Amino acid sequence: MRQRGPHHLLSMADLDRDGIEQLLNLTESFAEVGERPIPKVPALRGKTVAWLFYEDSTRTRLSFETAAKRLSADTMNFSVSSSSVNKGESLRDTIETISAMGIDGIVVRHSAAGVPQQVTQWTEASVINAGDGWHQHPTQCLLDLFTARTHFGDLEGRRITIVGDIRHSRVARSNALGFATMGAKVTLVAPPSLLPSSLEGWPVAVCHNLDEALEDTDICYLLRMQLERQKQAVVPSLREFHNEYGLTVARADRLRSDALIMHPGPMNRGVEIAGEVAERPQAVIGEQVANGVSVRMAVLFLLLGSGLDVVDNNRIAA
Amino acid sequence: MSADDVSRAVRRMAHEILERNHGADQVMVVGMQTGGVALAQAIAEAIENIEGTGVPVGTLDATMHRDDFGLRPVVPEAVTDIPVDPSGRVVVIVDDVLFTGRTVRAAMDAIHSYGRPQAIQLAVMVDRGHRELPIRPDYVGKNLPTRIDEIVDVNDEGVDLGEMA
Amino acid sequence: MSDVVLKNATIVDGSGSRQGDVAIRDGVIHEVGEKLGGGDTVDLDGLVLMPGLVDLHTHLREPGDEEAETIETGSRAAALGGYTAVVAMPNTNPTIDSAAVVEQVRRCSSRALCDVVPSAAITVGRNGELLAPMAELVRAGVRIFTDDGRGVQDPRLMRTAFEYAAGLAHLAGGTAGSASGVVLAQHCEVDELAGHGVMHEGEWSSRLGLPGQPAEAEELMIHRDLALAGLTGGRLHIQHVSTAGGVEMIRTAKAAGIAVTAEVTPHHLVLDHSHCAGFDPVFKVHPPLRTAADVAALRAGLQDQTIDAIATDHAPHTQQAKECSFLDAAPGMLGLETALAVVLTELDLDLSTVVRVMSINPARIAGLDHRHGGPIAAGRPANLTVVDPNVSWTVQGSTLASRSSNTAFEGRVLRGGVIHTLCDGEFVVRDGEATR
Repeated sequence: MRQRGPHHLLSMADLDRDGIEQLLNLTESFAEVGERPIPKVPALRGKTVAWLFYEDSTRTRLSFETAAKRLSADTMNFSVSSSSVNKGESLRDTIETISAMGIDGIVVRHSAAGVPQQVTQWTEASVINAGDGWHQHPTQCLLDLFTARTHFGDLEGRRITIVGDIRHSRVARSNALGFATMGAKVTLVAPPSLLPSSLEGWPVAVCHNLDEALEDTDICYLLRMQLERQKQAVVPSLREFHNEYGLTVARADRLRSDALIMHPGPMNRGVEIAGEVAERPQAVIGEQVANGVSVRMAVLFLLLGSGLDVVDNNRIAA
Repeated sequence: MSADDVSRAVRRMAHEILERNHGADQVMVVGMQTGGVALAQAIAEAIENIEGTGVPVGTLDATMHRDDFGLRPVVPEAVTDIPVDPSGRVVVIVDDVLFTGRTVRAAMDAIHSYGRPQAIQLAVMVDRGHRELPIRPDYVGKNLPTRIDEIVDVNDEGVDLGEMA
Repeated sequence: MSDVVLKNATIVDGSGSRQGDVAIRDGVIHEVGEKLGGGDTVDLDGLVLMPGLVDLHTHLREPGDEEAETIETGSRAAALGGYTAVVAMPNTNPTIDSAAVVEQVRRCSSRALCDVVPSAAITVGRNGELLAPMAELVRAGVRIFTDDGRGVQDPRLMRTAFEYAAGLAHLAGGTAGSASGVVLAQHCEVDELAGHGVMHEGEWSSRLGLPGQPAEAEELMIHRDLALAGLTGGRLHIQHVSTAGGVEMIRTAKAAGIAVTAEVTPHHLVLDHSHCAGFDPVFKVHPPLRTAADVAALRAGLQDQTIDAIATDHAPHTQQAKECSFLDAAPGMLGLETALAVVLTELDLDLSTVVRVMSINPARIAGLDHRHGGPIAAGRPANLTVVDPNVSWTVQGSTLASRSSNTAFEGRVLRGGVIHTLCDGEFVVRDGEATR
């Protein structure tokens, strides 16, 4: 029996192109499982996965939960309510307590960047990042890659335009990295007040003019605009944001007919996307959600069941 | 076995399947990924030649139902395609070589997640012995006694017996 | 007869380097010469004898957070690091903003292994609203005022503080603007611009998705305070300068005759923001670790004496306060026990420069030059440090004397170790061990 340490999925930087390909291929197998009358396989029977969600996210948690159950893993939910865990509580105590119960995987969501990586030092379990602050959301990126691949096949040379609040977006950080790794051309579109202060080392182009960026794009990827940002005065008003950086009906009409409209959800209709545009066939937001379960099955299986070394946690952190 | 031996065995097994099940009405053939897929196709064609009607052919990758996770790297590699609901049908699982029986056990589990067949039967080109589970084939191309460390290779040219590297 | 004779030492002080023996009697250097004898004779062959180090910036946490550090453990760490005096920052609980709390700190310092010199807050409770009773505090012996942990945000209040402090020089035994007067030390950081930044804003904060604070948050306040010092003639000390722009402004101000001094920490001279890449909160510190270009500018500033002193900003934190997310973790890192070795290992400074920036200048800035940082000469208090510049050791937070273990240099092999530390002629560290 081969011995190895636990493997983690913390960032899209953990995966090279081959690793992503392998994961997406595996996702197809699991998508098939999801279509069976009894969509359940015993691949992770006897494994226990714990949810550690410091930040509310019913959608992501349910997606992971469905994935784990389809793989026959046991799951437990460590509810981190504001009453039981104070801000600034020692993470280590929490992690060591959960680990002492004998678990194989921890799926972590936290409002602070880096927590999943910190967690790895206090547990023998595999750690999966389900979103950490503004840092990374690798399973979202993988489901987006899978969705795009379903439509386009190879992503080499495809153009993806990521629009909106890049600065505060873990989805943008993961997708910029993930799509670029797969050979796609990534363009970020945002007002500079919503871009990171430095893009050094990012494999992206930047544009402040959405109309220009959308010409000839294959994917228009819209980020969720946190409504409270308006109060922080990073944009003058949501109305102005919608006019300048939202996917309006007029802009959607000018998209190529085979271009996809993607969004990680939940959408703010009328802010980053016009309500009507979200209903168009080009908008594959529902597909993204469905693919989320398959991708998370693949990730859980790869880390906990396959015995394969696909992720490399020693690649340069980003 | 030569290639001719193999096709003769395929025709014989097709006859046996039809005889045993009183025709092809309820039969569906499922080839195990990857070694059983071509053989399943061949058996289905033989059935069609004999009966004049086709039978549904599926493919199955039973990796997710294996019992050796953690013992070695395991990853599903091929397509599973069960084209019709197996409920009420006779599902003939087809594989090239029957060895320990563990893959067949996994396949039976997998089939059940698609429905409840009336019966599951097993057709293999080579039965090389060394069973580890109480599983026995219904249709056999050839019984081939082997040592446990030998390799049986079924390909277009027939069946070869080799030494493990 | 002498109590202690230190023999065959390489003596390094403000007047250069020489070989000799030092005889100590009643806590005072009795004689410096050759072939001195009598009393407790200690051979310092191959070792360097220097005036005891002085730290302008130490958080001792007592009163209020004795889980992290006490005056006793912090002063032991200081003595082991070669320090004979440390300036205790006032961000304790309660804040050192009245003579009563100064007294409390002094009482707690009775068992300290070095001089513990309380500084006091500029504003009551460090709230940035009302001036602390500065005259009362100066009468109680305070010479350095600071709201360290944050800067005084209100420029009008800061101006008033400068003006008011200038009038207190006579109580401090000096004149306005002189080195022996009252010093306002500023943690330069404009809160509104720094936002909730937990690291330097730039390449790494962008990549890591951590909120950053720009260098300009520091530079704006340095600019403002230099202007206010010029306006009022007040005496300004810039704490832990961390930016290239800050160094340049101080350089210009000094050339223009502004009464400003500045300190830099060992960590800002050695580490940069890329160390935050692993999200280890031990590297969370305010001001944050900056860019490699800033590190180079700080080193240049130290070389050309724009920056006067190296100060540790020794900031102990419990494991609890550090074993949480980078956002939630308390900022700050240990410094006292590693500062000298980090400087000797990582910086290309000769020993007399080290003595200048770690003993002579900080003693002068803190108004302690009558007891510390002076020449090693007859009649001076015997506050001395003996260093082996060639010994190597590996930093291990858990074995440090500090009650906390949050060192950013964990696992590093450093060159240069403190062998003996003497306070008023008494060995507080002997052969590398604290004597109490």
